Amino acid sequence: MGSKRTGLLPPVIVLAAVLLLWQAAVWLLNTDAYILPSPTAIAKQAYDSAPQLAHHMRSTLVMTLIGFVVGASLGFLIAALLHVIPWVKSGFYPLLVLSQNVPIMALGPLLVLWFGFGMLPRVILITLVTFFPVAVAMMTGLSKSDGGLYNYMRMIGATQSQLFWRMELPGSMPHLFSGLKIAASYSVISAIYAESIGSDSGLGYFILLAQHGFETAKVFAAIAVIVLLSLALFGVIALAERMFVRGSASSRREGKQS
Amino acid sequence: MSAVLEVSHLTKIFKNDRKTHEKSVLDDISFHVDEGEFVTLIGPSGSGKTTLFHLIGGLELPTSGDISIHGVSTVGSRGHIAYMPQQASLMPWLTIEANIVLSLTIAGIGQREARELAREWLGRVGLEGVADSYPDVLSGGMQQRVSFLRALLSPQKLMCLDEPFSALDALTRQHMQAWLLSLWESNRRSVLFVTHSIEEALLLSDRILVLSAAPAAIVREVRVPFARPRSETLWGDPAFIGLKQELYEMLRPASAL
Repeated sequence: MGSKRTGLLPPVIVLAAVLLLWQAAVWLLNTDAYILPSPTAIAKQAYDSAPQLAHHMRSTLVMTLIGFVVGASLGFLIAALLHVIPWVKSGFYPLLVLSQNVPIMALGPLLVLWFGFGMLPRVILITLVTFFPVAVAMMTGLSKSDGGLYNYMRMIGATQSQLFWRMELPGSMPHLFSGLKIAASYSVISAIYAESIGSDSGLGYFILLAQHGFETAKVFAAIAVIVLLSLALFGVIALAERMFVRGSASSRREGKQS
Repeated sequence: MSAVLEVSHLTKIFKNDRKTHEKSVLDDISFHVDEGEFVTLIGPSGSGKTTLFHLIGGLELPTSGDISIHGVSTVGSRGHIAYMPQQASLMPWLTIEANIVLSLTIAGIGQREARELAREWLGRVGLEGVADSYPDVLSGGMQQRVSFLRALLSPQKLMCLDEPFSALDALTRQHMQAWLLSLWESNRRSVLFVTHSIEEALLLSDRILVLSAAPAAIVREVRVPFARPRSETLWGDPAFIGLKQELYEMLRPASAL
């Protein structure tokens, strides 16, 4: 635990230094608030619009979580399916990669056009963005199972389903979690984007309004909330990883020390 | 005495793509392992021992010949043997006990019974302290003990041990041999053992089958005369040293001189 705290200290110091420098620069150069507000101005703005921010954050959070859960589940299922049925993999894998080459800037408005201004286009957009890192990480994990373990399991007569459920799937958990962490950040960003094109709530919508009114401090306040939201989501996943991935990196290190 | 494992006229030829290279790995191999017998296969590296194990395990099909366990042909069918591989092959995400339980349930033992068996035997061999530990905190020797226990507790009649000590250091290896010897002598499972070590073969086995270099064929069968229970004191026995020398001569590559 002690090493964890010292691990957190350097980035906190750097962040504090950057904020201080920022504050000093704004003050010395006498910058207009609509171009670059100072950190204290942003903090004050955040405090003043806290109820609004909370309202929009809730909306973003719900959207992000729905999209993330749907996308991650889809990625998980796709990876499992593609792994278990090889011909599906050869047929669909290139299409999956292709799906990531469609710019969401182009896709977003189309989805709104097709599915209206409701939640559906937003969920679809976030799902499209988040399923991919999960699916790719998971597939890597499934196909990278230890050759010795694989040989052993086959020698003692493990069936195809036992191989999958008892060896390949648990073995791919570390990969799954690294995919989930990437997907978590993606899901927040894509939720923000989705809100900026077809929504009447959420931090993306809030930023859009603030920009139109040149209320730059509000934009920054929203950015800060988004960053905190991303960090929280990432933290929850990292925590889940510590709980579920036994014998993984963290507990292994403890073992080595004893 | 009935044969637990009967291998008859087993031949395996690997056909590399487009019939360019045909590699003959096993050439008309016949042998058997009796009930409660410890039989060792010894041979130079690359003499097809792994292939032979894959055939017995049902992972691959022989080009010709037959394998039967308890009189039933098991060619190409898996799950008839208990197996101890070269590397301990324990699932890193499962505790020691859970690892044993996993193997036993795959072999068809119920979850509850498997857990009781694992608990009981981990205690019996002095490993109860690591039952809830993960494999990575165990030394190589300890991991191999768990791996052996796992095979010993599996309900299949035949245990196949594939160079189980080759990755251990010399001292650990000797301890493991003595440990396995005492455990086996009080249980008398039918064992097919593969090793490169002549001493190991002599210390542990009832019979030793000497394989030639590829394509492997059985060139000699040596009946090990020492009475059981045995111990490491055998190492100094003149008869032991004589047999060791004899086996060494047989295994010496023809081109070495």
